[in-house]
Parts: sequence; C-alpha cells; structure tokens
Amino acid sequence: MDLLFQNLVNALSLGGIYALLALGLALVFSIMGLINFAHGELMTITAYGLILGAGLGLPFGAAVILGVALAGLAAMAMERIAFRPVRGASAATLLLTSFAVSAVLQVLFQNLIAARPLPVAVPRALAGTLDLGGLRVGVLPLATILGTGILLAALALVLRRTRVGIAMRAAAIDFQMTRLVGIRADAVIAAAFGLSGLLAGIAAVFWVAQRGSVDPMMGFLPVLKAFIAVIVGGLGSLSGAVVGAFLLAFIEVGLRALLPPELLPYREALALALIILVLLVRPQGLFGRRETVR
Amino acid sequence: MLEVTGLEVAYGAIRAVRGIDLRVGQGEIVALLGPNGAGKSSTLMAIMGVVPPRAGRIRLEGRDVSGLAPEALVRAGMALVPEGRRIFAPLTVTENLVVAAPPGRRRSELAADLEEMHALFPVLAERRTQQAGTLSGGEQQQLAIARCLMGRPRMVLLDEPSLGLAPQIVDQIFDLIAGLRDRGLTILLVEQNVDLSLEIADRGYVLVGGEMVLDGPAAALAASEGVERAFLGLSGA
Repeated sequence: MDLLFQNLVNALSLGGIYALLALGLALVFSIMGLINFAHGELMTITAYGLILGAGLGLPFGAAVILGVALAGLAAMAMERIAFRPVRGASAATLLLTSFAVSAVLQVLFQNLIAARPLPVAVPRALAGTLDLGGLRVGVLPLATILGTGILLAALALVLRRTRVGIAMRAAAIDFQMTRLVGIRADAVIAAAFGLSGLLAGIAAVFWVAQRGSVDPMMGFLPVLKAFIAVIVGGLGSLSGAVVGAFLLAFIEVGLRALLPPELLPYREALALALIILVLLVRPQGLFGRRETVR
Repeated sequence: MLEVTGLEVAYGAIRAVRGIDLRVGQGEIVALLGPNGAGKSSTLMAIMGVVPPRAGRIRLEGRDVSGLAPEALVRAGMALVPEGRRIFAPLTVTENLVVAAPPGRRRSELAADLEEMHALFPVLAERRTQQAGTLSGGEQQQLAIARCLMGRPRMVLLDEPSLGLAPQIVDQIFDLIAGLRDRGLTILLVEQNVDLSLEIADRGYVLVGGEMVLDGPAAALAASEGVERAFLGLSGA
C-alpha cells in the first residue's frame, strides 16, 4: 500500500513536469508548426537563473521568479531572433533552426558558464518527508504535484476565459483565419513563446530541485520525453499533450516499480516500445486530428 | 471604396489572376462571378493580404493598402468571410465571436456587440455555449458572417457563402447579405450561383481563366447571354 502510494505520487509529479513541458511544445507547434528542440535550453536557463539568484543573495522564492522570468524572456528572444525570420518556412527548416538554437545555447553555456555540473541550492524543507495518516511522502514530489496541478488549472482558465487565451486556442486551430479576424500574428506568437518559456521555467525548478545540479545538456532529456508525450497525445492538441505526459510518466514509473531487477536496464526501451504500440493503433495520437500535418 | 488595379497572382508558374481591374463603390454589392478555377478566390486572398500579389495596387477608401498584412487590413476596415466558412470548430459560438473583437474593445462594448449579433442572428443566441462545429451548415455560415462583423468592417468580402447549403438556406443567406448593404456595408461577393447573386448585386464582373471578360450592371448581366457563355468556357464573349 505504502509502495503503491509512493509510486502514484512519483508518477503524478513526473507527469506534471512532463505536462508543463509538453504544453509549451504543443502550444508553439500548433500555432506555427515548429517543434522547438531548444525548449530544453529554456529549462537550463532557469536553472542557471536559480544559481544567479542565490549568488545575488536572493531568497529562494525570488530566485525562482528570476529564473522563470529569464526562461520566458529567453523564449521570446528566441522567437524574435531565430524563428521569426523563418516563419512560414517548411517544417524541416523550422526543425533545423531549433536544433541550431539549441546547439548554440549549449556551447554558450559550456564556454561562458561551465562545462561541468554546477550545484543548485534548494531549501532544506523540500528534501524532507511528510506523514499523511501513516503514508510517508516526500515534500518535493508533493510540492511538484500541487504546483503543476495549480498551474495546469490556471492555464486552462486563461485559455478558456481570457481573450488572449481564446486567441491562442483559435490560432492553434487555424492560424491564418485568426489573422483574418484581426489578431496580430506577431503578438499571438510572441505570447505563445512567452507562455511556453514560463511553463518550461517552472518545470525546470521542480526538475532541478530533484537533481540538485545543472549542466549545459540538462534540458535535453526532459524535453525529449515531453516531445514523445506531445506525439502520443496527438501533435497540435493541447489536452492531448497533457494526457500524453501523464501516460508516459505512469508507464515509466510503473515499469520501474514492476520490472524484475534484471530487466530494469531495459526500462526506457520497454517504455518506448509501449509508446510505439500506442502509435501503431492510433498513428495520429490519442487526441490528434488526421489533417494536422502541414 | 475598394479599387483594385492590375492585380496579378501567381503560384509558381501558374498564373491564377492575370492583371485584373475591379472597383466597388460605397454601399454597393458587387458580384465577382466565374466558373471553378477562374481565380476568384485568389483575387480575394490577394486583396486580403493572405497571398502576396505578383503585381497590382489595392486601394481602400483612397488609401493604398497593397502589401498590408491581413490583420492590418482588418483594422483598416475590411473583413473576409472565407470559402468553407472556416469557423473555429472546437470553440464555442461565443468564443468564435469574442476572438474577432478588436483588442482595444472594452468589456461593456464587447457585450453590446455580442447582443447586437444575437439580435441579428437569433440562432446564434440560442447556441451561444455550443461548440461551433456542431452547428448546421447554414448556422455556421451565419456565425462566419457574424464573426466578421465583430470587427465593425466597412467593406466585406464574401467567398462562396452559398457553397454546400440547402436551397432554402441559400435564399436566407442571400437575404442576409442584402440586409448587410442596408446597414451601410459595402460588399464584394464571390459566387458560383449566378442568378441569385445578380438578383441582390448592383453590378457584376465575370472572371474566366484569370482574366476579366465581362462587367456591367447586374440587370444587364442577368439579361445577357455573355455570362452563360463565359461559364461554358467561351471567353471573350
């Protein structure tokens, strides 16, 4: 019972992080057809921002705000400098551009900051455990679940209730038509990038708190996972991205818990094999529309 | 109101529109007629800034608006109801309207605009919380027209509003379009339904193979055999 609960908590917190990342990827993809592989570098920027904040003597909360804001700004800068000039180009051009942005940032991190992992100080309170009526649970996973849950709910509210949120959803459905009802392409794309940056930044805080360190390549793995989640959920579908993220997290945590020790090294391969199985049954993803390919 | 001169549109080597002139006067309904593939939609897309024209000038109320982005043209007072309606199907009816309101509009003004659309299109009031994709074809066409009106345009371009609709619904939509003129709007109507278009239009143009082959008052066009011959492919009639 205890173990099951632990695993459930782990899966939910991992799924929450994947969901924030996947939502950012899906938002940008659905509006401008770009799969942004430089999304991971936004996480890395937030982690370095946490170190910078600590170096400036800021309390942890303020350092988090600094780190997340840096990711949001970096995302908008990325769009302005790298992606706007190739807007409307083929999917391959956009994809290669995002690889280039990712590579350039990684080299900059290596040469200007550090090639080796740097420790990120996290408040001691996050490392503790809580006793919930006999069930022991880590503070950090619990905070991750709460944090990501609240954020996802807030985001759903923004997308449903605010005019900029409705404009983003409309742009995700038919970008050209959104322009034809008078919405500025630059504004809605910048908003989508800014939002995806903030989401990546917040995901990074939870991710780094767990690892305790940051290196120039840190963002690659979680964003690769988020990308898989987006594909499983159905490219272009926002709710699909969230469902895909939690599905992937449950598969990963489930395999880690259930596999016999000698099979554990193959757990990633098995997880991906399950994902391939899902895609064999539904090539367009769980919530995908068949005509989303541009 | 709208003046197009020497407009050319090409997709690679394919010349869809070959240097046409077109004029829509204040308060007029002008029909742009022609068979499939004549270049009618390309003309509208070029006027709206969606497709960059290869040559030509577009003037709106005397101001040169050639090369402006679609969103800038909307702010300048133009609106397009596109072919196939292109409503945002997963969004609710109200969301479809709200998204088309200009960014600066206040909440109270927005509510008033929605009220006005509900009065003009009662069926949209009934269905306001429904997903737009669940509406019937005629209702979706009404939503597409209402959506374009949210921007308070002075010049409306309609692309094949009768396409795929049942005959009595088509009549209803054409009545609606005539009603828009009575509200002071200027309308450029692209249609394949020649008879109905010429009934409500003041003037008409006939486009064949990317070239303007005929133009004149609607009544004269309706009476002439030229339109019919143009549709049969006998250009230059």
